[in-house]
Amino acid sequence: MTAVARRRNLLRLDPALVRRARRLASQAAEPVVELARTHTTSSVERSVLRLAGLTGADAEGIPWVNRLVDAVRADVGLEHGVAVPVFDALLTGDHVDVSTLAQKAAAGGVHFRVPTGRPADRARRAAKRAVGAGITRIDRNRQTRERMIRRLGDPPKPWIYLIVATGDIHEDIPQAQAAARAGADVIAVIRSTGQSLLDYVPEGATREGFAGTYATQENFRLMRAALDEVSGELGRYVRLTNYASGLCMPEIATLAGLERLDMMLNDCMYGIIFRDINPQRTFIDQRFSRQIHARAGIVINTGEDNYLTTADAVDAAHTVVVSQLLNERFGLEAGLTDAQLGLGHAFEINPAVPQQFRLELAHALLVRELFPEAPLKYMPPTKHMTGNVFFGYLLDAFFNLAGILTDQEILLVGMMTEGIVTPFLSDRDLALENVRYVRDACSGLTQDFVPARDGLVVRRAHEVLAESVDLLEKVAADGLFEAIARGTFGVTRRPADGGRGLDGVAARAEDYYNPATEILEAVAR
Amino acid sequence: MTVTPVTATSMTESQRRHVRAYGDTTGDGMVQLSFTLPVAPGPRAEAAAALFARKMGLDPALVVHAKGIGESFTFFVVYGRSGVVLDLDEVRVEEREYPLLPPKEINLEIRSRLQRRLVVVGATVGTDAHTVGLDAICNVKGFAGEKGLESYREIRVVNLGAQVDADELVRRALAESADAILVSQVVTQRDAHLVHVREVADALDRGWPRERKRPLLVVGGPRFDPASAAELGADRVFGKGTTPRDVASYLVSALGEGAA
Ligand code: B12
Repeated sequence: MTAVARRRNLLRLDPALVRRARRLASQAAEPVVELARTHTTSSVERSVLRLAGLTGADAEGIPWVNRLVDAVRADVGLEHGVAVPVFDALLTGDHVDVSTLAQKAAAGGVHFRVPTGRPADRARRAAKRAVGAGITRIDRNRQTRERMIRRLGDPPKPWIYLIVATGDIHEDIPQAQAAARAGADVIAVIRSTGQSLLDYVPEGATREGFAGTYATQENFRLMRAALDEVSGELGRYVRLTNYASGLCMPEIATLAGLERLDMMLNDCMYGIIFRDINPQRTFIDQRFSRQIHARAGIVINTGEDNYLTTADAVDAAHTVVVSQLLNERFGLEAGLTDAQLGLGHAFEINPAVPQQFRLELAHALLVRELFPEAPLKYMPPTKHMTGNVFFGYLLDAFFNLAGILTDQEILLVGMMTEGIVTPFLSDRDLALENVRYVRDACSGLTQDFVPARDGLVVRRAHEVLAESVDLLEKVAADGLFEAIARGTFGVTRRPADGGRGLDGVAARAEDYYNPATEILEAVAR
Repeated sequence: MTVTPVTATSMTESQRRHVRAYGDTTGDGMVQLSFTLPVAPGPRAEAAAALFARKMGLDPALVVHAKGIGESFTFFVVYGRSGVVLDLDEVRVEEREYPLLPPKEINLEIRSRLQRRLVVVGATVGTDAHTVGLDAICNVKGFAGEKGLESYREIRVVNLGAQVDADELVRRALAESADAILVSQVVTQRDAHLVHVREVADALDRGWPRERKRPLLVVGGPRFDPASAAELGADRVFGKGTTPRDVASYLVSALGEGAA
């Protein structure tokens, strides 16, 4: 039914115009992809070491992957990749394993070099073997997920997506389990304020986040295990989500693959616009992280909804579509399939705007029909949520209705306390009651929903598509970096050389070697 | 049944001054409350909720809705009568201590008092990445139909954006010879907003040379209590719904005091 509904072509979009939009998006993306293909970052290199099995942190809590990459960088730079210098040192020195090497290197006891000839070949082979083991673990996790889904069953769409964010993983776990029992299909553990700006991934189980819980490998593992437990009890596979963004985007993506997370927030521009991370750094990190997600079978969620918190949801509707087309292009290029592209959008029009709901339907339906195979992620109102929790509850019900009516696949559950605080346990439970009611009461309503041919919904959708193509023309002509610098997305200006993390970017040398990319790209192409 | 119509004019002075919560009849004291207890759903939970509400002063307390959330929590909605009688004369509001001026007059005042442009440096400090509130005050676009501080000819605005470190903010304020520092804080979980504002106050103590006139520390965000300035080491605190003109008017009057 769902697939049919999507192919119903209710809006009669012009296929030639849609093709043109995609062509322009590819054109705009190409130079950026080229940059990512020819550069690396400190976090990409740390991911390689993580895949090779390096874990743990020193007494100050700085992970060994950071210490080792810094040590290699100090001796030979990042441009050759760390794999060869590290494995060369391992093969030529007397270190038991990468961990001991990292510890010695941190103490200044190792000198790294860039070997050539036979020693280089040997180092490459050893590195590839070690990294291959990490990728095998990701592959096994993917198989485990597929097996569990076959055994337990997959919930029907739309999946109900709910955020948990107490700051304390041991508080999050019972809340997540309670939410799953109350109907949540996807649990997202939102990260602590400030984690995006950390140039390392904290270690261990954590209990002290601000408005969110730190993303750490151990927290991932604990939460996945807890959800496996409820999945078994409930007879449906409950998915786990976290956020691959910030300065450690590639490493968080890697850890997600290693710990069997199922979906990840992963946007090509979110970090740039909303955390002031350097644009070049972000695009390079983004490509590697998506290659890992592709392999892990992880569904990504993009963050276009956020633009509508700083820009007006009507005026900027087309910027959402343009960004979705870009995210789609970057995603496919990195090896993700359409079924892994959870493109984001949101119900953020001011409720005081006349016919707000019809406009929301137009936007939601446009996205649905532009991306028929993508598991779209639809976000609830946030910006116009106030202290009036009663009105907020009503608005969330309308959001749920729009989501059901336009066949969105991942529905983020709106909280009536959005305008006040991070939600109480009871706010979540009430919100789930709201979605469950609308979903059950309106089940199948999609079939009855046929917007009038020249009605507002259809006209508005065409208008937004036309504006999107116009904007794409400009972005393709001027370049994506220029468009971002001008404040095209989220009315926030971010110059290509500004923001944090540019110092972690290096152009790849002729002999650059990254075993992870080699393995991941061998399949992708 | 006899009905005595109660009209505004027939209300006594005492009835106007002493009030109870209003459900649907004057004096009924009815309120509505919802909360969760970490108690397994069942008759014991409902009795616990009724007791809880009574201890909050509701009597009678009707537990009109009880729903288990998982095995160990129960959510309640309670309607009940509060015995509280408020004497409105006891109510205190933070009075605006400065006159609200039109933009033209604000510009004139600055020029005549300072003989130069007034400089403000704004930032969201700490790890907080919310900028919309600060921009609403600073940027030309403004808020609630009022243009922001940038639109005032006699005010120079340096908006540093979000995630700015407290010491960095003070350094920039010093470099720009700021008359006022504007700090925005939106995330309040675990009192992050209070912590960050105190950091700025401390950074000012540390980093601002004694011989230079100290800038005003102006703080804003949706969850601040405007009465908390002293406690936070700030000169003025603005809460939700603040408009640029509020801030500009305050600045003029506060700087005038300093100059006088
Ligand atoms: C937009 C938004 C975002 C955007 C921000 C984009 C941007 N560039 O600003 C994005 C999507 C990036 C975002 C991210 C997050 N957000 Co947010 N966000 C919001 C949202 C929806 C609206 C806030 C807003 O823009 N309000 C409009 C402005 C105009 O209002 P205002 O800020 O109150 O400002 C007014 C006054 O307060 C005052 N004022 C404000 N600052 C100043 C400064 C001065 C000097 C003066 C005088 C006055 C003043 O004047 C303004 C005009 O009247 C609110 C929910 C809501 N509906 O409020 C959540 C909300 C603020 N976010 C929240 C959270 C938790 C986050 C995250 C931490 C989540 C996470 N764990 O990742 C992240 C932030 C990460 C980080 N490092 O900070 C929570 C905060 C909870 C709390 N009380 O602690 C809220 C309340 C949502 C919720 N219920 O959970 N968010």
